[in-house]
Amino acid sequence: MIYQGKQKIWSDYQKEIPADHWFYARSCIRQNFFPASETHFLKIGRELLGKDICDNEHHTTCGGISYHSDTIPQETAMTIVARQFAIMTECGYKNIAPSCITSFGNYTEILETWREFPELEAKVREMLWKSCRKEFEIPEHVAHTSDIMYTWRNEIAEKAKFRLINKETGEPLRVVEHIGCHYSKMFPHKGVGGAEYPCVLSGMVNSWGGQVIDYPERRHCCGFGFRQYLVKANRGYSISNTHKKFESMEPYKPDMIITNCPGCPYFLDRWQYVIAEMEGRTYGENGFGIPVFTYEEVAGLVLGYDPWDLGLQLHQVAVEPLLDKIGIEYDPKAKYLGLNEKDIMKPGLPENLRCF
Amino acid sequence: MAMNFGFKLCPSSALNLDKIDTSLYDKLVEMEPDARICMACGSCSATCTASQFSGMSVRKVLLDIQRGKEKEAAAMLRNCMLCGKCTMVCPRGINTRHLILSLCRIYDNKEEQK
Amino acid sequence: MLLELKIMKDSIVIIGGGIAGLEAAKQLLTLGYTPIIVEKSDHLGGHVAGWNRLFPDMAPAQEIVAKMIKDVEGANIFLETEIISSNKLGNTYIVNLSNGVTIRTKAILIATGFELFDAHKKEEYGYGIYNQVMTNQDLEKWFNTSVDSRIGGKEIRKIGFVHCVGSRDVKAGNSQCSKVCCVTAIKQAIEMKQEFPDAEIYCFYMDLRLFGKKYEDFYINAQKDYGIHFIRGRVSEVSENIEGRLLVKAEDTLSGKPLKVTLDLLVLMAGMVCNQDGSKMASMLRLETDSDGFLRSKDNVCNIVESNRHGIFYAGACTGTKTVPETISEARAAALMIHNYINE
Repeated sequence: MIYQGKQKIWSDYQKEIPADHWFYARSCIRQNFFPASETHFLKIGRELLGKDICDNEHHTTCGGISYHSDTIPQETAMTIVARQFAIMTECGYKNIAPSCITSFGNYTEILETWREFPELEAKVREMLWKSCRKEFEIPEHVAHTSDIMYTWRNEIAEKAKFRLINKETGEPLRVVEHIGCHYSKMFPHKGVGGAEYPCVLSGMVNSWGGQVIDYPERRHCCGFGFRQYLVKANRGYSISNTHKKFESMEPYKPDMIITNCPGCPYFLDRWQYVIAEMEGRTYGENGFGIPVFTYEEVAGLVLGYDPWDLGLQLHQVAVEPLLDKIGIEYDPKAKYLGLNEKDIMKPGLPENLRCF
Repeated sequence: MAMNFGFKLCPSSALNLDKIDTSLYDKLVEMEPDARICMACGSCSATCTASQFSGMSVRKVLLDIQRGKEKEAAAMLRNCMLCGKCTMVCPRGINTRHLILSLCRIYDNKEEQK
Repeated sequence: MLLELKIMKDSIVIIGGGIAGLEAAKQLLTLGYTPIIVEKSDHLGGHVAGWNRLFPDMAPAQEIVAKMIKDVEGANIFLETEIISSNKLGNTYIVNLSNGVTIRTKAILIATGFELFDAHKKEEYGYGIYNQVMTNQDLEKWFNTSVDSRIGGKEIRKIGFVHCVGSRDVKAGNSQCSKVCCVTAIKQAIEMKQEFPDAEIYCFYMDLRLFGKKYEDFYINAQKDYGIHFIRGRVSEVSENIEGRLLVKAEDTLSGKPLKVTLDLLVLMAGMVCNQDGSKMASMLRLETDSDGFLRSKDNVCNIVESNRHGIFYAGACTGTKTVPETISEARAAALMIHNYINE
């Protein structure tokens, strides 16, 4: 692998990401799957770096999940997105920062479609006015929140309490980065580093001390694919994609996986349990799985936030072996204590996948 | 015990050239060097008496054994009537009838060895 | 600063010192003219000078180029020189060169040739990223020098050739077929089989376009005598495995199945694209470009070597992808057309 070759490609795909003043668009599923990730994006941005990020309670799902599940037509998805833009405009913001990769892809696709077909934009403006009496400005910039975190990576590294380094050996942790398909496969120039060798996550990993693994099935989908998972009859196909990725990355003995999509960390994490119980196959050390994180969780870990405040107890694959490797302290007894020490109950343990 | 989730891993349909067994093809090429010069034009299959009714195709037989699919090739060969029409049309002048007979001989030897 | 002004008369300016320019110069010398070859690089012979052997008879490229250079000894040759400007004055052109020379000429021959497609642009093939990926040009260089870290000192068990890299690729901006890559891939596959007799060699093609004299024989030869495997399918993606070998994916379109194979070396058949300098020249001389981006001939059937401007002629790949013999024939045709034009 010629690292300079990748750097050359990265230099061709640098997008303009304003430093401040963002309208935050939450993900509909991340808040359930990784409930502390979005909170920590806001916390790091506002409290640690002093950024202005607007989190408005009136915004909704972008409609992307239904659009990609073939349940709503694109015009409907466009009107939902137009409403988000209208709220952004009402709040006085010009830049939108979606937390979800599919939202980011959806916004980008819609804006590109309107650029090519202005009559569609006019139609959507009319539909929005009829349905909500709202008007909107086209955002000046759309950046996924991982793009924004990418611009913060060096500041975070300066303030970090931990690095992605094995405390025992002093070696960098081997990190698999997985980019959501809708990030830049549709519009390579809208992603940091393009579509073939994106550097949005690998940039964070490098800044925080880890070593990025480039394995043969790196570009492959996580296996979620919306309809492919949502219809039970298709789930064998969904998990087979995930299985293919794990078989391909296993020889590199990855310590962890970092992702920037809502679906990917969820499926890469949960399917490890299903593969273990179905096939008896595990991919981490000593019968554990390979822990999978959102980039906010990884940022939170290097900044020294409590792993349980970061919501890591909601992962299927045990994160403790990784915390031990980095040297992050945690209270095992507090793992399943929620807010105000409320017992959120310990889940049952799988048969083949080692968990705590 | 393997848990039943109501779905299973799908087997991959991809041809992995690292793993295929080409011993049958290698053997055929020893006997019939012209097996290598097929350019997959398909005229043999288009003219084949058996093709429309049985799926027989000399082109596919050659491709299948190059890809290690011995069983699929054997199943097609059973339908051949050795009429020789394919030999007449082959633009590369491959003696396909002779090739089929050689291939059958290889299959027979394999059976006997078992 | 005043530059020394030399005026040369009865001369014909040839832009480009590749095989088209050299052959035209030779013919013009024979016809009694003084050709002036203006070449931007530091050597004559263009792309062919960097090649090793030429299909279909494996003629040594460097001997051919050396002979062509020897044949133009009477011509004026300016290396590392470019055209700065050109004005038409009556029936003549005043051409100013970057070395301070000014030439008055009745005819200009454009022989700016092609550029090799930059294989980095097909990011999915990983040229410049994965260690074991090279281009057709790199491989010819290795044939000439025996120096290349991708081949030297490594066990080479499996080699792949990817046809149509940057050719027949609308997305890469080139819809044209580069014509020579199919047969070049076959030539190079045979040469590699001769170097590595135990290696398995795969050619990934979309169509095999073997139109030229003895090309089809070459193909049969590659199949029959060298056992080269031809897989009909365009390579979609290349990656590197933990051993540093390449994992290549394509569809085996004849089987209708996705296919993958691990290789030790992958050679990308980078195609011919129109020369940016040629396009610059075209706008300076107010020449038109054709819909494929190459220079527009007066007529694509009967008059390829003439432009739409009086006194400006073409030879070789500036008007489209060409083989070596086609280029040489055009250079001869252009010389004759120039002669006829001057004597009108």
